[in-house]
Amino acid sequence: MTEEKNWDLIIKPKPNIFHLGLKEVIEYKDLIWLFVKRDMVAQYKQTVLGPLWLIIQPLLSTLFFTIIFGSFAKFDTKGIPYPIFTLSGLTIWNFFSTSLNKTSSVFVSNAGIFGKVYFPRLTVPVSTLISNGFTFLIQFFILLLLLLYYKIFNNYDWQVDLKLLFLFPIVLILCGLFGLGCGLIISSLTTKYRDLTFLVGFGLQFVMYFSSVVFPIDKFSSKIQLLFNLNPLLHIVGLFRAIFINAPLPEIQWLLYSAVWTILVLIIGAVVFNKVEKSFMDTV
Amino acid sequence: MSAVIKVENVSKLYQLGDIGSGSVSNDIKRWWASVRGKENPFAEIAETNDRTAKGNTDYVWALKDISFDVQQGEVLGIVGKNGAGKSTLLKILSRTTLPTSGEIKVKGRIASLLEVGTGFHPDLSGRDNIFLNGAILGMKKREIKSKFDEIVDFSGVERYIDTPVKRYSSGMYVRLAFAVAAHLEPEILIVDEVLSVGDYEFQKKCLGKMKDVSGLGRTVLFVSHNTAALKSLCSKAVFLENGLVKEIGATEEILNKYHTRVTDLSLNKSWTKESAPGNENVKIISAKITTDNGSEKIFIDTSFDVDIEFELTHPPVSFFTGILFNTLQDEMVFVSPANPIDATSGRYTCKCKVPGKLLNNRGYTLNVYFVKNRQDEMYLAESLLTFDVLDLPRGEGVFLGDYVGNIRPQLDWTIKRID
Repeated sequence: MTEEKNWDLIIKPKPNIFHLGLKEVIEYKDLIWLFVKRDMVAQYKQTVLGPLWLIIQPLLSTLFFTIIFGSFAKFDTKGIPYPIFTLSGLTIWNFFSTSLNKTSSVFVSNAGIFGKVYFPRLTVPVSTLISNGFTFLIQFFILLLLLLYYKIFNNYDWQVDLKLLFLFPIVLILCGLFGLGCGLIISSLTTKYRDLTFLVGFGLQFVMYFSSVVFPIDKFSSKIQLLFNLNPLLHIVGLFRAIFINAPLPEIQWLLYSAVWTILVLIIGAVVFNKVEKSFMDTV
Repeated sequence: MSAVIKVENVSKLYQLGDIGSGSVSNDIKRWWASVRGKENPFAEIAETNDRTAKGNTDYVWALKDISFDVQQGEVLGIVGKNGAGKSTLLKILSRTTLPTSGEIKVKGRIASLLEVGTGFHPDLSGRDNIFLNGAILGMKKREIKSKFDEIVDFSGVERYIDTPVKRYSSGMYVRLAFAVAAHLEPEILIVDEVLSVGDYEFQKKCLGKMKDVSGLGRTVLFVSHNTAALKSLCSKAVFLENGLVKEIGATEEILNKYHTRVTDLSLNKSWTKESAPGNENVKIISAKITTDNGSEKIFIDTSFDVDIEFELTHPPVSFFTGILFNTLQDEMVFVSPANPIDATSGRYTCKCKVPGKLLNNRGYTLNVYFVKNRQDEMYLAESLLTFDVLDLPRGEGVFLGDYVGNIRPQLDWTIKRID
């Protein structure tokens, strides 16, 4: 061979695991949007209530948790109406948990497509994150309506701290990416060890109670509170509440702690996912 | 001409059996080996992939040191038995799995018609699915938009374009899916057994599209069991066997070799006294198929003789014999009994003429039965001989699909204009 060729593609056994192919993901942005559209449209096909489920589900949960923790266990929310406390927690928690949940089953539920055609696999979790973002916005809107209701009819003194509003995107980024990162790690492990799929649902429930989603934690002793504080999600939920329902702002060191966790989990998730996506068809 | 695909020493290791149980301990072994800088300990004990023989390990090479080049504009056929490694090779080429070792270099965009309709969502309309499927296959939205009408037209399902695809018939589904894939315009197209779906009109369209593609200087990799299509489309072929490249060469030549290897062709067999098939009434001495032109190959228009030599060890009786053809899948094709004779014990030979233009192009087994007193079975000799009937090369522009049915007799036809 005299001529040195410039090949477009070289298929090799072990590509660099740090080569995430983000450029390629951006090239496939049309596909990401089509996936988002598919998820949004197909999810509620052939249901009577359709997208109303997005609203009914958190409202029912709010009712349920308000009765249990507000009426029976009598947790004190310091002037915040209990349904508001719960729904605000659930709204941001759902964004995290659905991101994690859907991402974690990405390989198993897309094995059919992944086995036949190549496209950057990262497009699927990214599109899931975006469609979850839309779901979050709808549920967030419901939260605002509930807040307005309490302000007008129950004399609840609600005001948004406008100085804190710039933190809203940060909450969303931290929450979404943390869910994505955890989901990526779990998805990569479930290709081989399906046992994890059973653990995910249970684990999420468990973590939810440790994130002060449905009850406040200031009733507990300071030792137990410290334990709660180690959970990075607690501060993300806390920050969301601080912005919208006048809850106390989490301390800055704990917010940084959560941010470090998010970055760490996301990097590990991306690398593991990248390694697994190349060969998972042989083990799935 | 220059190579657009260069396959260099590609191997692929697969683990057989159940993955999951005991995999933690194996993973730890593998990880420990990699820490010490050793090879995957399971690769050494892997065997070549012979599906029929029971192996000693759970690891096999689906492909072992495969190397070949594909030139620009070439239509390359890939043939081989089930399990020869064709699909694994295509999977590596379409990047759905990675090779265990070796390298493939590619120039240009590869698109595969491996399984059309990938990513179709049953609840979405045909229109939405065209966009979704096109994007999955690597097209930009703008690209799909500009070809949308052409795609719908090619598929012929215009009326249903806004109906969810789950309401489509399977034929419509495939048409739409193929239409999207056919408009990809990749530099390299991988086609796997598309001819097994769709009706005649649709097959013609597909083959026409493939010809167009190759006519435009694009490269096509074509996997099929359909000899006629392979012959008319491919100039060159690769013959895979048990994960190894058996031979590369002109299609005609490769196909002939392939055919003599797929079935254990046995046109002539004889047995010793001990091994002879039979029972206390009959012993078969030899069985033989002779073609009229003396060739070893039987084409669909070849007529041939079946000769059976046997020994009758039975008291005098009214007796007849007959032959029975089965397909390799053991479907009965037809029987042909001889006229009864009065026979005493002794050696006999019987001959039966099978005309050409009767059997279809597939594998058959020859069975012989013996009957006494016009109704009592004495013996049935199963699968005495196995043979393959080959299709004749078909010309340009004719139907290239498989003819259905286990026989393809040439009957007398008259077609007349009556006004």
